[in-house]
Amino acid sequence: MELKLTLNGRPVTDHIDPGLLLIDFLRNHGCYSVKRGCETSGCGLCTVLMDGRPILSCSMLAARAAGHSIHTLEGLQEEAADFAGFIADQGADQCGFCNPGFVMNTIALLRENPDPTDDEIRMFLAGNLCRCSGYDGQLRGIRNYLESRRKEHRA
Amino acid sequence: MEQKEYKSINKPVRKKDAMQLLLGRPVYTDDITPGNALVVKLLRSPHANAVIQEINTSTALKVPGVAAVYTWEDVPKTRFAIAGQTYPEPSPYDRLILDRHVRFVGDPVAIIAAETEKAALRAMKMIKVKYQILEPVLDFCKAKDNPILVHPEEDWFPPCQVGGDPKRNLVASEVNSDGDVEAVLSDCDIVLDRTYHTKAFNQAMMETFRTYTELDRYGRLHVISSTQIVFHCRRILSRALGIPKSRIRVEKPRIGGGFGAKQTAVCEVYPAFVTLKTGRPAKLIYTREESQIAGSPRHEMEIRIRLGAGRDGHIRCVDLYTLSNTGAYGEHGPTTVGLSGHKAIPLYTGGLEAYRFSYDVVYTNLQAAGAYRGYGATQGIFALESIVNELAEQLGMDPTVIRDKNMVKEGMKMPSYYNETANACALDRCMEHCRQMFHWDEKYPVRDMGNGKVRTAGVAMAMQGSCISHVDVGSATIKLGEDGTYNLIIGAADMGTGCDTILAQMAAECLDCSVDDIAVFGADTDASPYDSGSYASSTTYITGKAVEKACAELKERICSIAAEMLGCAASEMVFEGRQVRRIGTEETVSLTDIGYKSQVFNTQAAEATASHSSPVSPPPYMVGMVEIELDKETGLVTILDYMAVVDCGIPINPALARIQTEGGIVQGIGHTLMEDVRYDHNGKPIGSSFMQYKIPTRLDMGKLHVEFEHSYEPTGPFGAKSIGEIVINTPAPALAHAIYRATGVWHRELPITPEKIALSLSGKEGKNS
Repeated sequence: MELKLTLNGRPVTDHIDPGLLLIDFLRNHGCYSVKRGCETSGCGLCTVLMDGRPILSCSMLAARAAGHSIHTLEGLQEEAADFAGFIADQGADQCGFCNPGFVMNTIALLRENPDPTDDEIRMFLAGNLCRCSGYDGQLRGIRNYLESRRKEHRA
Repeated sequence: MEQKEYKSINKPVRKKDAMQLLLGRPVYTDDITPGNALVVKLLRSPHANAVIQEINTSTALKVPGVAAVYTWEDVPKTRFAIAGQTYPEPSPYDRLILDRHVRFVGDPVAIIAAETEKAALRAMKMIKVKYQILEPVLDFCKAKDNPILVHPEEDWFPPCQVGGDPKRNLVASEVNSDGDVEAVLSDCDIVLDRTYHTKAFNQAMMETFRTYTELDRYGRLHVISSTQIVFHCRRILSRALGIPKSRIRVEKPRIGGGFGAKQTAVCEVYPAFVTLKTGRPAKLIYTREESQIAGSPRHEMEIRIRLGAGRDGHIRCVDLYTLSNTGAYGEHGPTTVGLSGHKAIPLYTGGLEAYRFSYDVVYTNLQAAGAYRGYGATQGIFALESIVNELAEQLGMDPTVIRDKNMVKEGMKMPSYYNETANACALDRCMEHCRQMFHWDEKYPVRDMGNGKVRTAGVAMAMQGSCISHVDVGSATIKLGEDGTYNLIIGAADMGTGCDTILAQMAAECLDCSVDDIAVFGADTDASPYDSGSYASSTTYITGKAVEKACAELKERICSIAAEMLGCAASEMVFEGRQVRRIGTEETVSLTDIGYKSQVFNTQAAEATASHSSPVSPPPYMVGMVEIELDKETGLVTILDYMAVVDCGIPINPALARIQTEGGIVQGIGHTLMEDVRYDHNGKPIGSSFMQYKIPTRLDMGKLHVEFEHSYEPTGPFGAKSIGEIVINTPAPALAHAIYRATGVWHRELPITPEKIALSLSGKEGKNS
């Protein structure tokens, strides 16, 4: 079947197998940031934004994205780099395999709630598993980013 | 204590790959290898113990897009081990690429290679197999001397003598001791006799097992794999495939987590076999289900301890017996078990008069176990720390005070730790620091919150090693570039741990330059100097020392080249970082000029390679304290605070050491409260996805506080010991302790789920009423 969608701001048209999952479509189109960590919608690694909302691309047929706008981390490098350095300063990137999904969901969080509390951060990101970091370093990174942004606004 | 001010050491340097990882750049096996490789899939046995009577692949081969299907009839007949260990491996050679006898639910029966995943999966359904189903051995307590043999084959081969006997389902067996255990026990005021049971847990690294193989430009087998052990992997493939090592190149890109799982060549042989047979690139990516049911989880162990003590809390004797379940194959079976005693008992060296440590490791028809962070110490420490807590509670002593009395202290010789001396040990300071910061005296008493919930605390100590003494080899090559920067080439594997960065920090310190001036590459069997690989908490300690040595040698060579340029003796030169100076003069040569000179009419290589190995394995130490709130109605345990104080010597990178600690604690929390590799009564795995095998989310871990107490390990690089493994060891005993405080019930089997807690409480109330 023919599929038309917007990928990272660019129109894409492709012929796909109707059973193709969005994650595989995205990786086939060079979006290697999108990772598969489970096959049961349980890890958050494959998180991308559809019309600005975070979705699990392993649990959606590519066909369902027809006519929609999909953003992967490849398309949001600057927005991610804004806070990612703070997580790097904590060493919380670790193996990095969960990072793209976690970063995408953090982008979604900060767009929706620009000044979240620690509990709001934990709740929003609860579906993003990480086996390396113990999560606290990720939280400290986001908190330090928010703090630096507050300082900038005050200045 | 010796402690210097450093430029790069003991600094929270950002990981060299951090931004690449955080911005999702393609750096992992599946990102960097061609998408048009043959897709490899494995048909797996539905039976725990069976012999293949007939296998028919003709229909499967007719599926469009199928390139090949292989069965036991097609593979070499040489048995091998897939454990990543130094040759000769303690693990028995008990595997074939495909065996006619399948030994657990999930054991590979056929290899399918196809143009697409769809075709491979379709072909898998078309393979007709007739099994002779045999009764399996599923209970590891009944495995030893069971008439059903997991490995009845005649060509079972142990490269090392470790007390194994396949005719008894035994992989290894040993007894060792110091002092007269029975005499001391009979003289003790109190002897506790307890049995603890730890289960198999999956590493559950986010990137599942995966390997890509192709024939390179020279027709050699080129393997790109998510592995911690490139050199062992090459040796394993060489034996399994029957081709020389010179025909194999193994490299690892970035690795999406390992925790020991990838210290076993779990999946490499299958695509490698396909590529050798077909000449085509092949890729095998395990599903999460495959990683869960046919990976290399922690060894299930049953540990019986007899602990002898005086009424004053003086611990005089430990008699520890471990029964370890290695599953269907023996990878890491003979070695993990050793840590259950040797890396637990030395914690109580203080006043210990005698100890005995004995073990059996048995085969069962369950998924083969492997290496997992902690490697047996985790199990032993759960048992020993729990029984010490039981002793303290029975004596009415503060469990931190009983440890003050008995713990190992700096300078002590540890008979249960190969008679090594604790050269660097801040365990006593870790305890004091943790007690203060945690407010132990306030948190330890049981506090009824008035809503069916109680709050209280638990404590545990831990140790590990730093490398496998007399075995592990680490190496480093350091090269001077013509602009005065360096390349550091290693064979150790950064799996997210940050070793590329901390080794660069060491090189930068030695060469008096910035960490940014050190480019790191690893690991590739064609390019890297030999390294055993990243496991056994060895990389910082062993490879780090190799980096130090290589840098010292390179500095000498740089001075020598500079001396030639100035026409003087090398002994007159002194290395000053960006330049080399002739002592006592203003004559200098810049590093850049030396770099360029090294490429013109020069016979001295501006590079050096050094190896290191150690006769000792200095233990890091730590103390963990946890405060919980327990709901007596539901059994739910909520972690409020987890405080850990770690002595890893001098932390090379305190930010990364802290993250290692936090990550290890959260994994330990998972093992204690929720994770469990389970099977049904036929040996079929239950919990093959993250829906059933729950790992902690960020809502499950409470507040973490990590602090360090420095010691200076004289044999380590810059005083460092290890950090990677020890950090997983305290949660289980500390939580079991807190749960006892809250409920009055000791849980001696992991995991301690809310269900088990609630049941234990309802039973108790029933009895009381």
